[in-house]
Amino acid sequence: MSTSIGIGAVVSRSLQVRAKGGETSPRSLAFLAALWFCLLFALLFLVVLIVTTLIEGAPRLDARLFTEYPASNPERAGARPAIIGSLWVIGTTTLMAIPLGIAAAIHLEEFADKKSRINRVVELNVQNLAAIPSIVYGMLTLAVLGILGITNKNMVWVGALALAMLILPVIIIATREALRAVPAEIRQGSLALGASPLQTVLRNTLPAAVPGIATGAILALSRALGEAAPLLLLGGLVYLTFDPNGLASGYTVMPIQIFNWTGRPQEGFHVLAAATSILLLALLLAMNALAIFIRNRYQQRW
Amino acid sequence: MIPERLLVNPQSPADASPAPVGRVPRYPSPRPEVQRPTVLSCTDVNVYYGSFRAVTDVDLAFRRNEITALIGPSGCGKSTVLRSLNRMNDLVDGARVEGTVAFNGEDIYARGVDAIEVRRRIGMVFQKPNPFPKSIYDNIAYGPRVTGMKVDSMDDLVEEALTRAALWGEVKDKLRQSAFGLSGGQQQRLCIARTIAVQPEVILMDEPCSALDPIATSRIEDLMQELRDDYTIIIVTHNMQQAARVADRTAFFTALANETTGDRTGVLVEYDRTETIFENPSDQRTEDYISGRFG
Repeated sequence: MSTSIGIGAVVSRSLQVRAKGGETSPRSLAFLAALWFCLLFALLFLVVLIVTTLIEGAPRLDARLFTEYPASNPERAGARPAIIGSLWVIGTTTLMAIPLGIAAAIHLEEFADKKSRINRVVELNVQNLAAIPSIVYGMLTLAVLGILGITNKNMVWVGALALAMLILPVIIIATREALRAVPAEIRQGSLALGASPLQTVLRNTLPAAVPGIATGAILALSRALGEAAPLLLLGGLVYLTFDPNGLASGYTVMPIQIFNWTGRPQEGFHVLAAATSILLLALLLAMNALAIFIRNRYQQRW
Repeated sequence: MIPERLLVNPQSPADASPAPVGRVPRYPSPRPEVQRPTVLSCTDVNVYYGSFRAVTDVDLAFRRNEITALIGPSGCGKSTVLRSLNRMNDLVDGARVEGTVAFNGEDIYARGVDAIEVRRRIGMVFQKPNPFPKSIYDNIAYGPRVTGMKVDSMDDLVEEALTRAALWGEVKDKLRQSAFGLSGGQQQRLCIARTIAVQPEVILMDEPCSALDPIATSRIEDLMQELRDDYTIIIVTHNMQQAARVADRTAFFTALANETTGDRTGVLVEYDRTETIFENPSDQRTEDYISGRFG
């Protein structure tokens, strides 16, 4: 109740401020109120979701969640393999997607002939790929595995491959934006000293763009961390009683573990799912906070 | 440290009121007329951007250890000419140079000539100070590092370059700090020091003082006078007084409109010793420009 009173206070204060600012006609005030309502409606759902998850999952947010393996008895079950599996998959995704994405962005931004038709098609498609539903990347990976004749899909590198393809366009776009933000004068200054174009990129433009690239990469990885759909398709929904321990190891990840437990009839598993969700949320929030910190702390103002 | 604004140069601030024609103050004292060897020369140079001809038929010879100023109204192609002298125009899409630009007798646009090597030997300082987002030290050391110069002691080289650029005293205690912390005038001297560090023969300056205040401008001008003994300097400037103060020779460009198509292109009107250009120009257009009747 106190929240809704607080929200009401914010709205009325904002209306007063606007009224002072000159917008006094009833129509514009009504419109402003409608805008506030839309914003609060969205926020309200988020808050309700987080609060109910917190309340439901809190009892099982204990050490056993981190140390125990999934079991048929919810009291003795934990998400240990899923947590370790998530770390393995995200780590491998990072190693696959980031070097490739940065290299692709450097080529497109610094070296590719912008007038060439092929490059324009590539550019357009990179933009489009960023908007494709994630399950399509799972299907693509599945098709590739089929062609290669690999039948055991539940391997860390396979899941990482799908996620890497998923976030590659996002990393390429973020890196290009960061490179574009480095003024042309910096490149010219470097070239005028007798540096080659490649030296200019590697020793000057790229280091100057690192904060922007890091921010984009972390946000992309946090998306991959919360992704379940492509991994479900790739056989990530398994009952693991061991720790994933290598690129070819079987794995499951936190979002899939949550999906798995939520579908069980026993109440105890729902609590476990909520506890794992809290952990996942905390990880995602931490990653986003890190991205914001890097952006604010290291971003170069030209 | 003394703030830069207190280091008033008694000689003259840059934007002093325009002197009457024929009595343009020159400082420091004019040098005796000596025939110095040609370092860089343009023969029948035309520069195109796509189908647009920015500059038409330029013939110029730049002499060693002299300062040559390129002056003229906006759009007359003086910056284009400057950028064609060290192949910086290569970086512009669709830019093309016809004719011969010879550096120590060799055509820098000939097949097989490495543009990177050309730019190392013909350095450039830009309109807006453009220090790299690195420390002061690394700004200077960047050029020698990327060009693979054999350096006995990078520390000594950095100190020498900063000393030559009259910046050492102001920055010697903060070499590891970001170059972005320097004032505009200091940044521009840092860019000059950075250029000196790779030991070029020629330094091109594209309106190096247009973003600076009069005092910072006068320090750069003093610096150019000192550097003239070891380098050949070619400067594009919008400021006629600046050309009169620093340059041994001055080339006046103007924009010429084609009578049928109306396309404008830059042409070289007159090139002579600075005193001659300012006191006794042979072309009426030069006379009109330096006396402020147009441009």
